Amino acid sequence: MTTAQEDKTTAMVDLITVVIDGFEVSVPKGTLVIRAAEKLGIQIPRFCDHPLLDPVGACRQCLVEIEINGRAFPKPQASCTIPVEPGMIVKTQLTSPVAEKAQRGVMEFLLINHPLDCPVCDKGGECPLQNQAMSTGQADTRFTGTKRIFEKPINISSQVLLDRERCVLCARCTRFSDQIAGDPFITLNERGALQQVGIYEKQPFESYFSGNTVQICPVGALTGASYRFRARPFDLVSTPSACEHCASGCSLRTDVRRGKTLRRLAGDDSTVNEEWNCDKGRWAFKYVTANDRLTQPLVRDAAGDLQPASWPEAIAAAAAGLQGKRAGVLVGGRATVEDAYAYAKFARISLGTNDIDFRSRVSSTEERDFLAAKVVGSNPSYQDIDKSDAVLLVGFEPEEESPIVFLRINKQVRKRGLKVVAIASKLSVGNAKLRATFVCVSPGAEAAAIAAQELSAMSVILVGERASESAGALSAVVALAEKSGATIAWIPRRAGERGALDAGAIANLLPGGRPVDVAAARIDMQTAWGVDALPSGVGADAQQIISLAMSGDIQALVVGGVDPLDAEKSHDALVAMKNTFVVSLEIRPSAVTKIADVVLPVAAVTEKSGSFMSWEGRARSFDAAVDSLQRSDVRILSMISEEMSRPIGLSSVTAAAKEFASIGMWDGEKAKFVSVVAPALVTLGVNEARLTSWRRLLDSGSLQDGEENLAGTARKAVAIISPSRAAQLGVVDGDAIRISNSHGAIVLPSFIESISDDAVWMSRNSQGSHLLATLSVASGAVVTVVRD
Amino acid sequence: MTTLTPVLSAHWDEKDSFTIDAYKRHGGYKAVEKALAMEPDAVIQIVKDSGLRGRGGAGFPTGMKWGFIPQGDDKEHYLVVNADESEPGTCKDTPLLMANPHVLIEGMIIASYAIRAKYAFIYIRGEVTHVVRRVQQAIEDAYKAGYLGKGIFKTETDLELVLHVGAGAYICGEETALLDSLEGFRGQPRLRPPFPAIAGLYARPTVVNNVESIASVPSIIANGAEWFSSMGTEKSKGMTLYSLSGHVTRPGQFEAPLGITLREVLELAGGVRAGHEIKFWTPGGSSTPLFTAAHLDTPLDYEGVAAAGSMLGTKALQIFDETTCVVRAVLRWTEFYKHESCGKCTPCREGTWWLVQILRDLENGKGTAADLDKLLDLCENILGRSFCALGDGATSPITSSIQYFRDEYIAHLTNGGCPFDPRAATLFATAGVDAK
Amino acid sequence: MAYNEEDLVIMDSIIARYPRSRSAIMPLLHFVQSKDGFVTSDGIETLAIKLGLATAEVSAVATFYTQYKRKPVGEYHVGVCTNTLCAVMGGDEIFAALKEHLDLENDGVTADGKVSLEHLECNAACDYAPVVMANWEFYDNQTVESAKALVDGARQGNPPAPTRGPNALPTWKENSAVLAGLNDGHAFEGVQAGEPSLLGLEISKKAGKS
Repeated sequence: MTTAQEDKTTAMVDLITVVIDGFEVSVPKGTLVIRAAEKLGIQIPRFCDHPLLDPVGACRQCLVEIEINGRAFPKPQASCTIPVEPGMIVKTQLTSPVAEKAQRGVMEFLLINHPLDCPVCDKGGECPLQNQAMSTGQADTRFTGTKRIFEKPINISSQVLLDRERCVLCARCTRFSDQIAGDPFITLNERGALQQVGIYEKQPFESYFSGNTVQICPVGALTGASYRFRARPFDLVSTPSACEHCASGCSLRTDVRRGKTLRRLAGDDSTVNEEWNCDKGRWAFKYVTANDRLTQPLVRDAAGDLQPASWPEAIAAAAAGLQGKRAGVLVGGRATVEDAYAYAKFARISLGTNDIDFRSRVSSTEERDFLAAKVVGSNPSYQDIDKSDAVLLVGFEPEEESPIVFLRINKQVRKRGLKVVAIASKLSVGNAKLRATFVCVSPGAEAAAIAAQELSAMSVILVGERASESAGALSAVVALAEKSGATIAWIPRRAGERGALDAGAIANLLPGGRPVDVAAARIDMQTAWGVDALPSGVGADAQQIISLAMSGDIQALVVGGVDPLDAEKSHDALVAMKNTFVVSLEIRPSAVTKIADVVLPVAAVTEKSGSFMSWEGRARSFDAAVDSLQRSDVRILSMISEEMSRPIGLSSVTAAAKEFASIGMWDGEKAKFVSVVAPALVTLGVNEARLTSWRRLLDSGSLQDGEENLAGTARKAVAIISPSRAAQLGVVDGDAIRISNSHGAIVLPSFIESISDDAVWMSRNSQGSHLLATLSVASGAVVTVVRD
Repeated sequence: MTTLTPVLSAHWDEKDSFTIDAYKRHGGYKAVEKALAMEPDAVIQIVKDSGLRGRGGAGFPTGMKWGFIPQGDDKEHYLVVNADESEPGTCKDTPLLMANPHVLIEGMIIASYAIRAKYAFIYIRGEVTHVVRRVQQAIEDAYKAGYLGKGIFKTETDLELVLHVGAGAYICGEETALLDSLEGFRGQPRLRPPFPAIAGLYARPTVVNNVESIASVPSIIANGAEWFSSMGTEKSKGMTLYSLSGHVTRPGQFEAPLGITLREVLELAGGVRAGHEIKFWTPGGSSTPLFTAAHLDTPLDYEGVAAAGSMLGTKALQIFDETTCVVRAVLRWTEFYKHESCGKCTPCREGTWWLVQILRDLENGKGTAADLDKLLDLCENILGRSFCALGDGATSPITSSIQYFRDEYIAHLTNGGCPFDPRAATLFATAGVDAK
Repeated sequence: MAYNEEDLVIMDSIIARYPRSRSAIMPLLHFVQSKDGFVTSDGIETLAIKLGLATAEVSAVATFYTQYKRKPVGEYHVGVCTNTLCAVMGGDEIFAALKEHLDLENDGVTADGKVSLEHLECNAACDYAPVVMANWEFYDNQTVESAKALVDGARQGNPPAPTRGPNALPTWKENSAVLAGLNDGHAFEGVQAGEPSLLGLEISKKAGKS
């Protein structure tokens, strides 16, 4: 059951005092009676009420007696719909026989048609209906008639099932879908006693947020396919956790039975994810228990084959291979803050290099400088969105790339018509739901459009990692922010990137945002780390590290959780890795482990403690949810460093966290940002188009492996072209078109939509549309588009 | 003896009464010109002074409702006429609109002017196609005449009037459900507050009035508040349509001052059908508790009926004689409420489902006397616990019938089934009796 | 798409009646029935596009109202009022007789597609009880015989005229168009009022003369 959340902004003003069951309580004006009662610890039973949904007063379970200044309402009132008023006296079931009978009467009505299948119901044991039937219901039924029968259960998507017999028609799910997610794909249908939740027959409940309806369903009517019949709530051990799937920063609860994660729920964090999360965060966790998990170290033998090895052997092999070589460090975007800090320290102390980058994706030097000048150490927040007069989206698709940010913007759009402007080459489904003004640009021409925006100091610019794919765009953002005073918030797609930035896993910054090329900054870290010197020049970026490895200038690589196919020129990366000594820290086999010289298995998120830093710069720490023998990256790097006799001295995640916290942020001057001028667009030939793309929330990402129910709700891969290009190619919706360059070709059904005429949009990493692997490019590149 | 006062129905006997020409022949569209020459607030004042109360059942003072609309708020205002006449027994607005749609349109123009609305709607039930035709035609003719549209009656005032046709949902007679329906949603009632006067259609200030209420306005403007308030009783002013149906010699519409008694109406109608006597009746539709012969002299005004334990409602006088099984009658009404329950709230949705099952058993002689107490207890758990008045209405026939006819319920149980011959209650049976 | 250009223009004109487009959903559903005979998936999907709604939002509305049919009804859709007053006064017998006569259950359609049958709630004509509706036109003061004559005529394509309505009974689709707000020009046909509607007036006039 949900409890009230206080709105801190109104807590200071206009307190109203009311009497509930004889006790006075003062609550902010506008507080509903049901929540004022909660403050006193008085629990009024309820079903339809939810603090984050508009009041509806439908279930009538929360009836109480109310009088105001001596005038009593003639009949009991739904306490979930009535705001407190001065002079109000409330009598709940505890003191009013009328309220008590009314509640018992409603409970009896709710139960007459409810099936007695609690013993086989997933909700049993944590069911508000069950619980409140105990508190408010009768032991025996007076109903001897015929119950309502429905076919049970029916799939309303590949991951959500609906049992209409169990439904109490509180409409929490339909209101959530409409009010919060903006996906009114489930509705109340029919009428009266036959009223039922349902979908339109041809449109399943494919919302990125559908799992929330399962969580807020107060009965077992909505269940998730992946958890059905797997456990009883009382067999589960719950651990508060943080989501590893994106930078939104959701609190989660991970429920484990006998060492295995069975489900994850949205945690309750009013300042961040409120009580919601996305379906990926909820339902993508089986990768941890995949059959192919790496469980023991592997070392390449003389014959060139990877062989299982003991930990001492493997650590020794890694240390020996790295010793005395120029080495680079590539850190994946899902590292925890502690792991990233260990990589940062390992690079500087054990390898003596600044050649480190957490951006194992398409990135730019402009971005690196932007991050050092404008992002590291910053604390933009969800509250900035709440208070903003406008939100500008640059290289960022909130619904696909940071879903809780999407929900927060949507809340403000719905509540007060917040203005949203999206600079993109294509209007997305999500941005259409936000009623965003779509500023349509050619891929690569973002900078000029950004420069043309008018913002105020109350505005927020949400910049995604894809802004780095358009040269000059980040420079235009910086200029716009300086001109208007608007807040810049950088929202990377992955959970670890912001933490890795602050932890110094980047070529130009030491931990805490200390510029590597500033002596005072280095002295800070030398003192903290107890070393005499640190490398002083700005190191190589991820792309440069690959080039240097290709040329032999770098001879060794430490690669932690990186998929080379996430970057452009991915084939180069693989070639580079073949030519160098590679130590790979991974949880499952990948393109890197296949060619690495030493493979060291590491713990997955649920198996270790740690923290992520959300886009807000907010720490999201978590404990291990399951017992595991797997070691964290921190621990393994520390072991290698000791073997190399250049120890980083981080014996545990806790030690790393403590040390990182003790260092604090750089208080000296930040690096100056050097603007980059956007290059002119190349001229297109016949049948040529500029590519634009982003990743769908649900796609072929490796953390979604094995989640077939979830994958069933993914948006289908299409190639989007403008009506004029469609006319030119002579295709209609659904006709196959072929997108190609010198690396390869992809054939997809076309979809004709509002998109820049010179562009073609494809999803970056979906089934049948793996751009980086096939075409080796992502955005702005010129491709050939023809009818297939 | 109260005399009838045909005002709304005064010219229904003319073959072309529904045309604009016929309406104008009898002074139609003169009241609106008078109103347009006045200040809007003065129009509201006249309606207030007249004492006109809502004819849709609730009896709320019409002028006061208009006065609730905030003025100078720079928001659009709307007038919505509730022509979703669906309460069992109620059949007054339908003949009114078929015979004289223009009186409603004239009333709407006046009301819209008074509340400063530029857009008005008639929400009519969808099961009366020919009435829809008549109203649609009347609106088109009023547009052609310059009474609707831009600059009506050559003034600066604009008014758009749209006929919106329902599709079969009793609940849409509830004003907030009607507004949701008109906005294109499922017709389920809304939370109040906010009341429609503050946030109605499209969350804008809105007046929702019954057809007969608005149709009464032109005569009030034409003849003055005093003329209107000279009819009726102390707190129930004016004339109104009483609809007499059922086991009577001559059913039909009777326009009379408020406060007439059923005895008087029956006398005019030739009494209960020959050879029979009244058993029970509804004063204002099935949602108003039943009356019996003991209530023949109850003044049929808001106060009189309330004092006798029922509600004036829509003045739908459904008469049932002694051939009628009250259990059967009540079951059928309960089935109606079950069918029409919107499903939003638990007590009404689940309660009517349950009530029907118990009543069906009782009609078939199954159950015990304890089931009557259970019925009454369930009604207590629905009445005043439901979201809107539909649930309340569903309990009225049950509680009032058990109050007056408990023995008849028991007789079903002792008899092992219904002791009545349903054929005896039909009109065909009467015809048969007469023929003999 | 099942609708031609002209249909789409009409749909747009229906939408244009309202300050906000969503309000047009009900007349548009009536219009869909005037074209397809019932609420088809074509209709739902077209309306969703026209009104910028999810298909589920359209079907949620369509399933709430009983006049919107989910499967084809007859060319002449006959409803018998079986709410209390009409039922007691003969509606039950009429309905039972028609079921037997047509060999249909409630909501059934004859094999030739001519007639469908359902029982109705109160249709606001209680002073004309028992009442039967055909395509939502009034057939007042019915008997078992008159109701049978109505459905027999309908099956032969020659139904008797409504008591208070147009000169000839339009088809289901034709009348659905009227409910969509499209004027069919029949408003001037038929009586202005039936006898019971005039009863009070008549008595009053007589009293005035005497």
